[in-house]
Formats: sequence, structure tokens, C-alpha cells
Amino acid sequence: MSGGEVDLLAVEDLSVEFRTRDGVVRALDRVGFALRRGETVGVVGESGSGKSVTALAILGILPPSARVTGGRAVFGGLDLLAASPRQLLEYRGRELAMIFQNPRAALNPIRPVGRQIADVLRRHTTLRGARLDARVLELLARVQIADPARRARAYPFELSGGMCQRVMIALAVACAPALLIADEPTTGIDVTTQAGILDLLGELARDQRMATILITHDLAVVAERCDRIVVMHAGHVVETAPARALLARPRHPYTARLIASTPRAGAKLADLAPIPGATPDLRAPLPPCRYRGRCERAADLCDEPPLPRAEVGAGHLVACRRPL
Amino acid sequence: MSLLDVRSLTKRFPARGGGRWLHAVDDVTFAIEAGESVGLVGESGCGKSTLVRLVTRLLEPTDGRILFEGHDVGAIPAARFTHTAARRRIQMVFQDPLDSLNPRFTAFDTIAEPLRRLGTADERTGVTARVAEAAELVGLPRALLGRFPHQLSGGQQQRVGIARAVVLRPALLVLDEPTSALDVSVQTVVLHLLAELRQRLGMSYLFVSHDLNLVRLLTDRVLVMYLGRIVETGASQDVFDRPAHPYTRALMSAVPALEPGERRMRVRLAGEPRSPIDPAPDACRFHGRCPDGVERCTREAPALRQAPEGDRRAACHFAFDGAAALPTG
Repeated sequence: MSGGEVDLLAVEDLSVEFRTRDGVVRALDRVGFALRRGETVGVVGESGSGKSVTALAILGILPPSARVTGGRAVFGGLDLLAASPRQLLEYRGRELAMIFQNPRAALNPIRPVGRQIADVLRRHTTLRGARLDARVLELLARVQIADPARRARAYPFELSGGMCQRVMIALAVACAPALLIADEPTTGIDVTTQAGILDLLGELARDQRMATILITHDLAVVAERCDRIVVMHAGHVVETAPARALLARPRHPYTARLIASTPRAGAKLADLAPIPGATPDLRAPLPPCRYRGRCERAADLCDEPPLPRAEVGAGHLVACRRPL
Repeated sequence: MSLLDVRSLTKRFPARGGGRWLHAVDDVTFAIEAGESVGLVGESGCGKSTLVRLVTRLLEPTDGRILFEGHDVGAIPAARFTHTAARRRIQMVFQDPLDSLNPRFTAFDTIAEPLRRLGTADERTGVTARVAEAAELVGLPRALLGRFPHQLSGGQQQRVGIARAVVLRPALLVLDEPTSALDVSVQTVVLHLLAELRQRLGMSYLFVSHDLNLVRLLTDRVLVMYLGRIVETGASQDVFDRPAHPYTRALMSAVPALEPGERRMRVRLAGEPRSPIDPAPDACRFHGRCPDGVERCTREAPALRQAPEGDRRAACHFAFDGAAALPTG
């Protein structure tokens, strides 16, 4: 990393498996990336690429069927993957926070939203009484909810989807976390509301020097909002680079395909090229490169382990034997 | 004669508190020609879904007319519409393919269901062949016809949903956000499939979405809706290139662009939408959020006016650069 600044979070060789009735799913295989304070990193890929599993593993909230089989996630000197549940409880909500795709499902349906924010503050701060209430209203105002005093008493079902997502953000940033993981925060939300929510996340990142991991399947969203982009495919990080470099000159064939299938202004339907094939079955024996079966550039040398990770530019890594 | 001719269509729901009304769809007029693809865009709560449910005759209109192939289908009670000849001519593809498929039906049964329910005697005897034909049309391998929804990928599920919708060869296909639950790789495939099917089968589309960028790819004309009203219409590419209504401009500028650093000027919307419950009849519904709003907008609701040139309309006092626009009908 440039500037000599230490990473806030460094994920190294993270591997996760799920035990299912039909065998072991190798969901993540030696996933690695890092981010610094105030930096926004976008993680993109199709469903099943391991984006959300990566987030859940970092926060230590994987489902019981999952097992971390290797790697580290070092956050401020502490390996989160080796930390005790007690240590993680202290970190989650205060230093690390997450917002989810479906805010209505993630909020408690039978508790007013203001109380839910107060719960987080009570757990992690010394604020009580009137000062606690004032802080709740301040947070709701911060996420641009009009009439916060009235909205604080509302239940999630009384608020629109966009407003619920703002409440989730208020909850997540209540204790000014150093790292926010946003998992598809605007999927299924209107473009106008999406723009407002992404603006808000950007402002919070800037004002509080909060690092953000933005997980999405929408390449255009990360292109517009992120400093760096991590492209995932079938549990591998296939390419990572500064946003501009990645979009201007993708080096992994999958990234190039992903860009070609994303609608741009001015493009016609005929210009949109689909990505051939489907993500491989992660229960079956896999070649070193999991994109092998879909790749038009694949050759015999692609079957030689291990999967390479070559630096092809400043901060530009590509996991391919025959990069573009 | 237009395939679908909607005139002054209005739907009001009783609001909580009694005596008050939620104006979900307010005086909406538009037409869809045979073989034409029309987009319907707007944010959630703007009345898109209510309009779709009126056109597909799942809801009773409060006022106005719905003419389909010349028949006044709006006058038929929703419960009786199933038994009319028009029912099979209008079909729908839903947003979430998994949610909209019966989990206990195989792909075959799902596609066969419309034939069994609405098909002619002839169609009911040839179900197997017709299902196979529909599956082939949408590129669903025959081997997958015995599978249940959870055994199919997202793209395959949506193919089943599309096959079900086209098996009766409808004249109008209503597509409600058909790709927003899909990955981009699959989205591209489904968009290509829909474009190809329209050509092969000569259907008309009503394509509902909040993403103008997608709508542009698949439609000839677009309707932009805001709080129950149509605020702009015109050729899709035209509306996309030169939006005339400030709401359309905001909608357009909110679409994320793939080119970093080339962000267009963002039109930010202040505040929240006005309440759809008994809105002031004399105020523009966009006033309050509109970056261009002036005092006049609070006392005179703009009508949908024809542009000086081209097939273009917008409901804004200041659309078309203040040129003397002619009021329509």
C-alpha cells in the first residue's frame, strides 16, 4: 500500500467451507484484500461469489454450518478470526458495523426504531437518560430523516424502505465505527433513494474517516462510489485494483466480461454481452482457476496449480495465468 | 385502434381516518399500439403497481376507461375478468422469479397451468407439445422441465416465468421489474431473450422499472410517473437524452454511471414526496422537491402539454425551455 499508512483491515488467505447434506461447499478460497482508514472498497461479483460470506466471516457471524479453514482478518492488530466471542462482542457495534440488504428484516419489527438505536448506545457508551434520547434524535437527523422526534417512535413497518435503510445506517454509525460493511445496501431501492443513501455513506466515510466495504452486484455503483474494487468469482478474488484502473483496463477476463454486461449510458442492447456459462459447483473438485470453465482464454497452463496472484500495476493484482 | 387505450384512469383507495382518499392513480391517459414496447418508470409509491394491476384487471378502477383490443375491459368486474376472452391476451412476468413460481409445481406444470386454465379445448389436449415449444422459445433445456423452482438457477427460474407468460401467445406482456432480482450476467441474457421474443411473437410490452437505463434498452416509448400522474412521455431515447421534466432529470442523473469521474451533474431531490392522500388539486405534485419550483407551481397544477416538436409531453410549466407549448386535448 502506498503512503506507508498501515491497513485498518487486512484479510489474508481467508478460506471458508460450508458443510451441507450434499457435501462440502468451498465458499471462499484464500481471499485477500486490505483497506485503510476512510477508504471505500467495493466488492463485486455474481451471487454465490462469496461477497456476503466474506463480510460475515470478518464479523464472526457465519452460520453454524460454516467453518473458517484458514487465513486471518487483522483489524487494528487483532485477528478477528482468532478473537474470542467476548472480544468480538466489544468490537461489533462499536468498531465494526454492518448494514444489510433488507433493512425491514434486519430491524426488530416490534420495537420503535428510536429505541433500537438507543439499545446500541446503551450497550457501548455511557450515555443515559435525556442525553441518550438527544443523541438518538441527532443520529436520525444525521441520516436525513425529517421530523426525527416523530419518526423515533415509529415501528419499521410504518417507514418506507429507504427510511428503514437510513435507520439501519443510523444504528450502524451510532458509535462512529472505524469500519462499516454495507451488504447490498440499496438493492431493490429506487435509483433516487439509492443515490441519497450512497451520498450519505460517502459523507459519513469522509467526515468520520470511516472505512467502508460496499458489497454489491452492481458494477456501476462501485465504479461511481469506490476508491478500489475487489472482483470476486466463485470464492476467489480474481482482480483488485484502484477503481479507475480496473474500469479503464481490466486484466482478468471475468472483470472484462462483467464490465461488458453492465448497461452504460448510450449503449444499445446489442452492445451488452452476456457472461457465458455459470459459476461452477463449489462442492465438486475444482481446477486451480475457478473461472476456467467459462473463460474464452483458457489454456492448458491454466490447470497448473497454484492460482497465481500477479501485480500488474500499482495496487493492481490479478489472479490469472493469461491476463488481458 | 390501439391495442391498449387507457383514458383518464383513476384509482383512489380509502385512507385511514375515514373520508380521506389516497390518490394512487390520477387521471392517467396513454395507449400502447400493437407490437409496441412501452416503459413505465417512477419510484416506489408513484402508482406504477396500481396502474399495472388496473390494466391486468386485478383491481377495479374508480373512474376512467380501459379499452383492450377495442373492448371496454375496465367495465368488467375484476372477479369476472378471468372468464373473458381478453384474460389470456394479457400476461405478466414478475420481479422475483422464485416468489412468483409455485414451489410445488415442476417447471412443466407451471408452464402448463395457463393452458389448462385458460386454453381452448384444442390447447388442452396438446399440452405436452405446447409446453415443450414454449420452453424452447425461452431457451429452457427440456431436461429441466421436471425440476422444481428450488432446483433451478435464478436465470432458469425467470425463463420458466417467461415461458408461462408466453405459452398462450398473449398480445400484451406486462413485465414488472423482470430483471432486478437477477445478476448482471443473467440480466443481460434475459433482456436479450425478451427483445427476441417480442420480435418473434409480435407482442406488445409494458415494461415497468425504476431504472431508466434498462427501460431505454427495451422500449420504444416511455411513461414517467410521479405520485399518481404521468409527468413525461416520449420516445425512450429522446426522454433519456433530453429529459424535459425536472423529475425525469433527477431520475436520470441518479442512475449510476460506469465511467468513473464522468459523473453527470446530479439533480438532488430535497425532502420527501408529498402525501398521496388528498393532494392539493391546484399544486404541482412535484413542488417541494423540485429544484425549479416557483410560487406559480403552488397554485396552478401543470397539465401534460405537448412539446412544440415531436411526440413529447411533459407536465411542467417550464418544460421545453419555456417555448410556447400547446396544451393537449
